[in-house]
Amino acid sequence: MEFKIKAIVIDKNGLHRTITRLAHEIIERNSGATNLAIIGIRTRGVTIAERLVKQIEIIENKQVPFGILDITLYRDDFRMRLKQPAVRATEISFNIDDMNLILVDDVMYTGRTSRAALDALMDIGRPATIQLAVLVDRGHRELPIQPDYVGKAMPTSIGEEVRVLLSEVDNDECVLLVEASEEV
Amino acid sequence: MALSSSHLLGLEGVPAADITTILNTAENIKTIFDRPIPKVPTLRGITVVNLFFEASTRTRISFELAEKRLSADTVNFSTSTSSVKKGETLKDTVRNIEAMKINMIVVRHSAAGVPYFLTQCTDANIINAGDGQHEHPTQALLDMMTLREKWGQLAGKKVAIIGDVMHSRVAGSNIRGLLTMGAEVMVCGPRTLIPPGMTEFGANVSYSVDEAMQWADALNVLRIQHERQEKGLFPSIREYHAEFGITRERVERAKKELIIMHPGPINRGVEMDSDVADSDASIILEQVTNGVAVRMAVLVLLSGMDTANE
Repeated sequence: MEFKIKAIVIDKNGLHRTITRLAHEIIERNSGATNLAIIGIRTRGVTIAERLVKQIEIIENKQVPFGILDITLYRDDFRMRLKQPAVRATEISFNIDDMNLILVDDVMYTGRTSRAALDALMDIGRPATIQLAVLVDRGHRELPIQPDYVGKAMPTSIGEEVRVLLSEVDNDECVLLVEASEEV
Repeated sequence: MALSSSHLLGLEGVPAADITTILNTAENIKTIFDRPIPKVPTLRGITVVNLFFEASTRTRISFELAEKRLSADTVNFSTSTSSVKKGETLKDTVRNIEAMKINMIVVRHSAAGVPYFLTQCTDANIINAGDGQHEHPTQALLDMMTLREKWGQLAGKKVAIIGDVMHSRVAGSNIRGLLTMGAEVMVCGPRTLIPPGMTEFGANVSYSVDEAMQWADALNVLRIQHERQEKGLFPSIREYHAEFGITRERVERAKKELIIMHPGPINRGVEMDSDVADSDASIILEQVTNGVAVRMAVLVLLSGMDTANE
């Protein structure tokens, strides 16, 4: 992928520290890891969610349930996009009723992805609470949705993009601010 | 992930990549069925017309369920209750329905080529739900999805299509789709019910059902329509059953693991015995479940596409 890098927002070590801090905040706010579950939004939200699960396990010595949410069928721009995203499966194998769910995404932008994710979760069950954790909040909200846990809040311009690179999927490990690419 | 056409008229010329996209999408959509609310909002605001000029129960119900699970608005149109009886032409019927601002048409007709004709007179996405003796693409896609679930892949596998291949649109689409996906196909039935040119088409031909069963990994057993016998294409239902019926004795004699499919509705005791249809080898009911998933996938994938470029 060709893109012009404007700044490295979080480097490799920073990424590890940020995720560790998010894990601590989640446990603190929920008074432990009981009745807690982590749900990652495809694609990079899943990787961050997996790391949060590992961190929480290290801190609390407790394995929290983990699920994967695919929101493609819930998008409000599904029919408008030039390039159709692939429909993939949601993998949540436990009952989410009355649980405290931590919904995890990489970058928070317009809020439309989070809106779709909330609708998708409501069709699966009735959780006690849903809390939103994001690695980067880049602003420009179009809907009244705010994250509960933020790795880094960062003002951006519309012409910029935030790229999260994670070693599990990208061969690199950092958060970059880049010039927006032409493709939609 | 977009398909290369904004209509699904048949599987002829549909590239393997498109078939794979449809099957992958269907497999993922199928996971919705187990949820407390087996419905997604993807096609909200989209109106789909089910235009059935020929009797159909399961295909129409399957499409309707698929549309409803995607939150589309649906309108059903069947010839018995429509102005087709009053002498309206097909083109006028479709132009009138389109004037009511609809987005997609699922069509079944006794004449081959009607789905193509509709693409020439409307802007809606057209899905063929069976046209004459030509194609029935969603049936072949659900057959392939069910086989792929069993095998993991279709390439290199052997599928024998047994029965009235001559008049079967299910066979028409299955042969095309399976060959595209790299599977091997054999057609088997009485000589009067096997069309000429099958070898040139890429399919093997056998007139012995025992031979076909030895060759195949899976059997797709077609429905025998009684009116074919009245036309003298085979002597009697009893003789057909004796020569080509899939009986338990034949399955046992084959001494191998065979997957058995049927597009339905089954004539029990004619093309297939009851104890075969209800045996562990039969995946007939899985085909029905997958039918809804495949049709949802096709609706979702086509709904994002503009028909103007075709």
